[in-house]
Amino acid sequence: MEHLPVLQVVIPLVLAPFCFVMARHTWLVALAGSVLSLVCSVLLLIQLLAVGTVDYFVGGWPPPWGIELRIDLLGGFVLLLVSLIAALVVTWAHDTVESEIRDDQINLFWCMFLLCLTGSFGIVVTGDVFNVFVFLEITSLSTYTMIALGRDRRALMASFRYLVMGTVGATFILIAVGLLYMMTGTLNMADLAVRLPAIQDTTTVRAAFAFFTVGVSLKIALFPLHQWLPNAYTYAPSAVTVFLAATSTKVSLYVLLRFFFTVFGADYVFGDLHVDYVLLPLSIVAIFVASIIAVYQEDLKRILAYSSVAQIGYMTLGISLANAQGLTAAIVHMFNHGLIKGGLFLAVGGLCLRIGSTRLSDLRGAGRTMPWTMGAIVIGGCALIGVPLTAGFVSKWYLVIAALEKDMWYVAVAIFTASIIAAAYVWRVIEHLYFQQGYAEASTLRSEVPLYMLLPTWLLIAMLIWLGIDTDLTVGIAERAAQSLVAP
Amino acid sequence: MIWFDYYNYWIVIVLMMVGLYLVMARHNLARKVIGLNVFQTSVFVFFISMGAVRDSSAPILAEGITQYANPLTHVLILTAIVVGVSTTSLALALIVRINEEYGSIDEERILLLDGDD
Repeated sequence: MEHLPVLQVVIPLVLAPFCFVMARHTWLVALAGSVLSLVCSVLLLIQLLAVGTVDYFVGGWPPPWGIELRIDLLGGFVLLLVSLIAALVVTWAHDTVESEIRDDQINLFWCMFLLCLTGSFGIVVTGDVFNVFVFLEITSLSTYTMIALGRDRRALMASFRYLVMGTVGATFILIAVGLLYMMTGTLNMADLAVRLPAIQDTTTVRAAFAFFTVGVSLKIALFPLHQWLPNAYTYAPSAVTVFLAATSTKVSLYVLLRFFFTVFGADYVFGDLHVDYVLLPLSIVAIFVASIIAVYQEDLKRILAYSSVAQIGYMTLGISLANAQGLTAAIVHMFNHGLIKGGLFLAVGGLCLRIGSTRLSDLRGAGRTMPWTMGAIVIGGCALIGVPLTAGFVSKWYLVIAALEKDMWYVAVAIFTASIIAAAYVWRVIEHLYFQQGYAEASTLRSEVPLYMLLPTWLLIAMLIWLGIDTDLTVGIAERAAQSLVAP
Repeated sequence: MIWFDYYNYWIVIVLMMVGLYLVMARHNLARKVIGLNVFQTSVFVFFISMGAVRDSSAPILAEGITQYANPLTHVLILTAIVVGVSTTSLALALIVRINEEYGSIDEERILLLDGDD
């Protein structure tokens, strides 16, 4: 039990080379890795709910000599999201991976997937800022590789662009780490938090903060640094799209929260530097511009990708409100949106497998031939809009409350208006799927996807409804996590 | 001359700007990767300069060594160099694949070949 924090990272890391050397049955290895990780993170979260924070010294070396792993409730929550999505994606992905990826590359694909999982977990558990950079690059490098495996040749360019932007972003974070080390002589987050207040008004620390914020914003795909995201989501293999959309931006957002609130401290970030003056307008622009672009897309994956950019705007909006409630809303939305987009992209992956395309014009009438998959898209879409009794409503509700508490009524108005735009792009999808006659109905591949693909999809969709009605789990954890971030 | 005292940081800034400019301004994908490398190298130089101490030696246990450079930043940058090498090799591998598919490594041409977008 005491080794859980490190096991979380080590399990997928150790299993990855097995995928590399084994020629077949690598899917089972990936399944074992992701399910064991899920068990780990559930046990960790139970432990965290009891004690609040778990510390672990790698190799028994206490800081400042060794690397400290430190997980709090926020970390445990993100771990649960990542490992849950990973376990469901792997269960679901057996057929789509075989149909979309060359036979001799399947084992390498699963190897990359496990490494990506390792990196995501590592970012969350570590208490060392340089370690964050290393794990971020492990995740990113494996992600670039997986995106490039997409069938369409445009996947290659999407991957290359993401590589260039992602590397610039990660290097910016590295510069920030260097500047912080220069001023404080430590890389441990807890030590940094103690030493920074005394020197926070120096240009060096401000420069470190600026480099960090821009670098991590690239990784989050915060508007206007989101250009890599739509193509990466659209042309990546279906399984990768699900995993990316549901977890990667969330993990980067976790890094932002960790640095803003634990390392630099909320007083410095929002009190002295007034980051909210920049973050709030950018978030609102992100929500509107990305939603409007989404309405005009012709490809279902692209619609959802632009909607992701908009939803990221909601999360940063919650952060920029800079009160405990806004933070709660951001954390809840981080989790809920992970589940929403996970469920939606699982359904879209099923379409991709059966119909072979995600262009809206090819999907006409598919609602009648694949009722279960389409049902999932409809409910997921409702959650995306924020219809009551779905998880999406809960997070937007808390966001509105947080905005009203700060007397920012215009933010509340913006959230409502943007929901209407979201309804427009979701409606466009539903119209094509149900109310138009077309190709999908006439095609020979009219059957529903197999049960083991429907089950993970519907599990996520059912969770959306459950978390929309019973908010104790998500909001309860998020409130405690937000409290510990604001007042450590 | 305080300007000259920090000459390695000036080198860092110049390299960084040159690298970022190459990444943004070039259409040739290979040149973009070179720019990325120059940019990353500037950060390596930055980290190494940071650990240096005037009139110091390497951190080894020997007679007469009292002042030594901070080894931690050098170790960190060793890791960052590994990351840089993997990024470069992955980028070059992607460029090879792009060249196989499109017959070009010019960004503008590739966008034209794909038509929409």
